Amino acid sequence: MSKIKGLTRRSGDRFVTSGRVAVSDRKSGAPALSVHGLSKRFGDRVAFQDVSFELGHGEVFGFLGPNGAGKTTTVRTLGTLIAPTSGSATVAGIPLTPGNGVEIRRRIAIMPESPGLYLRLSVTENLACFAGLYEIPDPTDRIGRALRAVNLADRAHDTCGTLSKGLRQRVALARALLSDPQVLFLDEPTSGLDPVATREVHELIDELRQRGVAIFLTTHRLEEAERLCDRVAILNTTLRTIGRPDELRERLFAKTLTVRTFAVLPEPGRVFGGLPAVDSWHQDGAGAYVLAVSEQVVAAPAVTRALVAAGADVLSISESHHSLEDVYLELVDQDEEANRR
Amino acid sequence: MNTNTRRVQAIFRKELRDYRRSRSLTVGMAIVPALFCIQPLIQVFALPASAAAGLSHEHVLLYLLGIPAIVPAFVAAYAVAGERQQGTLEPVLTTPIRREELLLAKALAALLPSIAVACTVYALFLACVELFTLPTVASALVHPAELLAQLAFTPLLAGWTIWIAIAISTRSNDLRVAQQLASLAGLPSVAVTTLIALNVIPATLGLALAGAAVLLVLNRLGWRITSAMFDRERLITGTR
Repeated sequence: MSKIKGLTRRSGDRFVTSGRVAVSDRKSGAPALSVHGLSKRFGDRVAFQDVSFELGHGEVFGFLGPNGAGKTTTVRTLGTLIAPTSGSATVAGIPLTPGNGVEIRRRIAIMPESPGLYLRLSVTENLACFAGLYEIPDPTDRIGRALRAVNLADRAHDTCGTLSKGLRQRVALARALLSDPQVLFLDEPTSGLDPVATREVHELIDELRQRGVAIFLTTHRLEEAERLCDRVAILNTTLRTIGRPDELRERLFAKTLTVRTFAVLPEPGRVFGGLPAVDSWHQDGAGAYVLAVSEQVVAAPAVTRALVAAGADVLSISESHHSLEDVYLELVDQDEEANRR
Repeated sequence: MNTNTRRVQAIFRKELRDYRRSRSLTVGMAIVPALFCIQPLIQVFALPASAAAGLSHEHVLLYLLGIPAIVPAFVAAYAVAGERQQGTLEPVLTTPIRREELLLAKALAALLPSIAVACTVYALFLACVELFTLPTVASALVHPAELLAQLAFTPLLAGWTIWIAIAISTRSNDLRVAQQLASLAGLPSVAVTTLIALNVIPATLGLALAGAAVLLVLNRLGWRITSAMFDRERLITGTR
C-alpha cells in the first residue's frame, strides 16, 4: 500500500506526467473514450452490436456481461487489434481508423485476461521488451516504478515461469502501467489474485483514477465493479444498460420496505392502505409484508406509526437492498427468457 | 513506411534471449547440421589421393550451403505460431509495433543464430578436412572462391528460408504443423546447391551473381509478402 501511495508522491514521476496530460485533456472536455454505434460481426455471428458510451478522464468504467457477451471483443476492437464492422469511436482523442492504430496504441494499454508473459525470461526482461516497444526513454527507472506499484520489486529477477498465477497477473499489470497510458483496459485484473493482492490492485486502480487515467474494467466480480466503478455497463451482445450502480438499481427495482411483525396482521389492508408514499403491498410469508414505496424516507415513519396504532408487535422495518448482482442477474435472466420465447 | 529501430531491437533482443533459453530450439538447431555433415565427412575422409584430380573441378563444399537453407526454418516457424500458442502474441500486438517491424525483428533474430551455426559448422568441416584427409585431397577440396560463395550465400539462403517459414507460421494454427511445413521450405535451395556441388549445374561467376541478385529480391519480397499475410484479427481471434 505504501509503495502504491509512493507512486503519487514523486512530483517528477512519469506516472504523474500522465495525470497532467489527462487533466489537460479533461479541461478540454474531450472524453477519453467515445464510442458510437460500434458493432462487430464474424461472418453471421454478432460479437457485439450498436454499442455506444463515453468514458471520461479519471473515470473507472465497469464493463459487465456473461461469457460470450462480446466484452473482450469490444476491448480488442477499441485497442485496434480487430476492426469494427460498423460504427465509430475515438480512443484517447484519436479516431479509431486503421491508419491510426499505432498512434492509438501509443496512448493506451491493455492488460488481457491471460498475462501472456515470456516464461523463459525474467520479470525485468519481460518489461524491458515492452519498454522498448513503447520507446520509453528511461526504461530502468520506469520498470522499477511499475514493479514497485504492484509490489513486485523483490521478484524483478525471477524467471516468469517460476511465478504463481497471481504474481504473473501482477507482472502483466506492471507491463500495462509501463507506457503511462491515458486509457487503460483491464480485462479481469484480479482474476487469480489472493484477497490482499486484490485489495492492492483496487488501491492501485483508485490511484490511477485520481491521476486522471480512464480505466475500462472488464470483470465478472460484481462486488469489485460496485466498489470501484463510477459507472457500469452491462453488455449481452447489445448494451443492456449503462449508468451508476445505484442508478441502475433504482431503474430496475422498485423501492421497497420489508415489514416483519411477530404475528400475522388481521387486516393488513387497513394498516397499509392509504399511507403516504406507499403505492402497493403484498404479503411475503407469515408476518412479512413487502411494500412498494415511492419515497422511503416518507413511507417508513408513516408505516411505523400505522403499525403501532394497529397494536402490531413490530420486529423490523427495513429498506430492501438490491445489489449490482441483482441488477445483472435480472437483465441476463430477461435476455435468456426472451431468447427462449 | 519508417521502420522504428528501437522497437525492432526490443523484439530482436527478446527473441535471442528466448531462443538461448529454449532447449528444444537450441538442440533442434544443432542436430540438423550435425546430421547434414556426418555422411559427407565420412566420404571425404575415405577419399584416396588419386581422387584429388577429379575433385579440383568440383565444388563439393558448396553442399554445405544446405545448412543455412535448412537450419533457420525450425526457429522461424516458431516466430508467430509459437507466440500465439503461448499466448504472448496479443500483448505484443497491443503495443505500437507495426507488423513489418515485428516480422523484421523476428527474421533478424532467426538469421543471426542461423548464420552463426552455418559458419561454425563450415569452419569445423574445413578444420576436419585439413586435419584428417590427405593433403592433396584437402587442397583439391578447398577453393577460395567457394569460401566467398559460402560467406555471400549463407545469409541470403537463410533469409529466404526464414521468410517462407515465417509466412507459414503466420497462417498456421499449430506450432508443430508450422515447423513440419517450414522444414520443407529449405528443400528447393538444398536441391539447387547440391546440384551445383555435384557439378550438374556448372558453378560460374555469372550464376553466382544472378543467384545472389535473385535471392536479394526474394528476401525483400519475402518481407513484404509475409507482412501482408500477417493479419492481426485472424491471429488474435482465429477467424477470417
